[in-house]
Amino acid sequence: MISEHMIIAPILIPFVTGALMLLYDDRQQREAKFWLSIVSTAAQLLIAVELVVRAKTGGDISDAEGISFYLLGDWAAPYGIVLVLDRLAAMMLVLTALLAIPSLVYAHAAWDRQGPHYYSLFQFLLMGLNGAFLTGDVFNLFVFFEILLAASYGLLLHGSGQLRVRAGMHYIAINLAASLLFLIGVSLIYGVTGTLNMAHLANLIAQVSVEDRPLLHAGVAILAVAFLVKAGSWPLSFWLPTAYMAAAAPVGAMFAIMTKVGVYAILRLSMLLFGETGGASTGFGASVLIVLGMATVLFGLLGVLSSQGLGRMAAHSVLISSGTVLGITGFALAGGGPAMLSGALYYLIGSVLAAGALFLLIEPMNREDGGIAAMLALTADAYGLDDTDLDEVPDAGLDIPAMTVLSICFALCVLMLAGLPPLPGFIGKLAMVQALIAQTALPAGLAWAFIVLLIVSGFATLIGMARIGIQTFWASDIALPRVLALEITPVIGLLVILALTSLKAEAMLRYTTGTARALHDTEAYAYGVFATPRVADRSEDPAP
Amino acid sequence: MEIILSAAIGILSASGIWLVLRPRSFQVVIGLCLLSYAVNLFIFSMGRLTPGAPPIMPKGGFIDPTLYADPLPQALVLTAIVISFATTALFLVVMIVSRGLTGTDHVDGKERSQ
Repeated sequence: MISEHMIIAPILIPFVTGALMLLYDDRQQREAKFWLSIVSTAAQLLIAVELVVRAKTGGDISDAEGISFYLLGDWAAPYGIVLVLDRLAAMMLVLTALLAIPSLVYAHAAWDRQGPHYYSLFQFLLMGLNGAFLTGDVFNLFVFFEILLAASYGLLLHGSGQLRVRAGMHYIAINLAASLLFLIGVSLIYGVTGTLNMAHLANLIAQVSVEDRPLLHAGVAILAVAFLVKAGSWPLSFWLPTAYMAAAAPVGAMFAIMTKVGVYAILRLSMLLFGETGGASTGFGASVLIVLGMATVLFGLLGVLSSQGLGRMAAHSVLISSGTVLGITGFALAGGGPAMLSGALYYLIGSVLAAGALFLLIEPMNREDGGIAAMLALTADAYGLDDTDLDEVPDAGLDIPAMTVLSICFALCVLMLAGLPPLPGFIGKLAMVQALIAQTALPAGLAWAFIVLLIVSGFATLIGMARIGIQTFWASDIALPRVLALEITPVIGLLVILALTSLKAEAMLRYTTGTARALHDTEAYAYGVFATPRVADRSEDPAP
Repeated sequence: MEIILSAAIGILSASGIWLVLRPRSFQVVIGLCLLSYAVNLFIFSMGRLTPGAPPIMPKGGFIDPTLYADPLPQALVLTAIVISFATTALFLVVMIVSRGLTGTDHVDGKERSQ
């Protein structure tokens, strides 16, 4: 009974926790709120791990493919909304929770004091993310996108200040426009097919008549533009570096996974609708995705090389990882095979965690520059904080080893993002390159161009980041920065997870290979949901 | 009727897009509002235009679905209205804060000549 309802827990837990925390007083009971969010996020992590095990082995209520369906309100598909748990969704849930816990711990060092309702907004963001990964209905996906966006507006503005308000205004305007495109796309798809259930859509797509097909393609393309804005694909990504740089450090770390929601939606829908079962639509949009992916990698690469600050550089490295996965999605859609998609998914896990760690490192590394420290003091002023809070901060600092620890953490992040051994960036890129060389479905020139871009982007990241590292750690004559234990522990935690990802690379690659195969083989997803019995039917007729 | 509705959607979205591309934040807000009206009408029209037909069917017996309007787009429009209303209100607040912090209503927080 309980295990059956576990699929919806990643949505309900943050929702209830976030709502509950609104009742707590923001200043007196901050400690209680912090522990409540930690407990809630840890529970989400445990459940996500349990769901991964279920998706991998095909638990008691799911079929052999490991896909479980959950009929909300016990309405039979396709009339009601369904939640779908498969390997990809389960993997993204774990990734979200793994990134959220360090970000929360880091925020507790200082940032949670800079504005109201930080923890509630954070939980609502998690709710939106988890919901977007789990849902099996296109309009429900829109609703969860709006939940996570609304929470992210609040989080981006957290701490206030002119820079953040300006970046926030651009971010909100872009996302409002993208949401409208989302709605147009969804309603066009509904107008042509008469359904919004993803599995049902996958069934119907081959039967759409010749006259209606261009309209359906237009709808999906408009929908894809909305996702590409979120994924930060060039040329829809100019808002991204400024917004990510302006966000408070723990929020920036969490935003590292926000671009991946867009990538996830594109991956899920394109494989489901335009995979091998797509009829005349098979492979629709593949070349566009490949070109946009390559352009995004190129834009991110140039951005990393030309950035002066670490914040802007980290934001551009997020673009590189988005572009890589987008491009590989295009290749997979064009018939490149599951091997390269498996490498891309593995790379996605590593790059999200490393980008998160890098965002958390920015602030301690630049503390003496005055930029962020001054901003902190300013926002503390604006929020009417008493000085006692700020005074007690330096006392808890680690003095001598801080620089060493910081520089080692930074170096590991750079190794990961540049794709050098032994961290997962290298293993993921290696898997992708091997698969790209081996594939025969596409012109070899295109595959080689992508390989070159992959390697050059790693090299550019290495050059750009090493420059910043030298400026900060070797060529600076300023006093040692003070670092709180609460600030450095989450970074070390993320790096330990990265090291484990590297050590367990074989098992994880086996999992992502299974995921990529399941994404190619859409039958289980498309037909499984209709085979799921309603609870009411089951109690009347226990025999299957 | 189709022509009136499509003209309404077209004019609303054209004015909305023009306003969204303007440099003043108030124009952007109004533009986003007009665009969301256009999108709401568009969603509505995707359930086909059926004047005078109720969307809710009575229970029991044989029912001819062609006599009824499609209820789903109406439900979708309700959700879309609520969400775009809330986010536009939030955007308005951010706009006012930005006006207070920078002293200008330019979307970039500074006039071009400066």
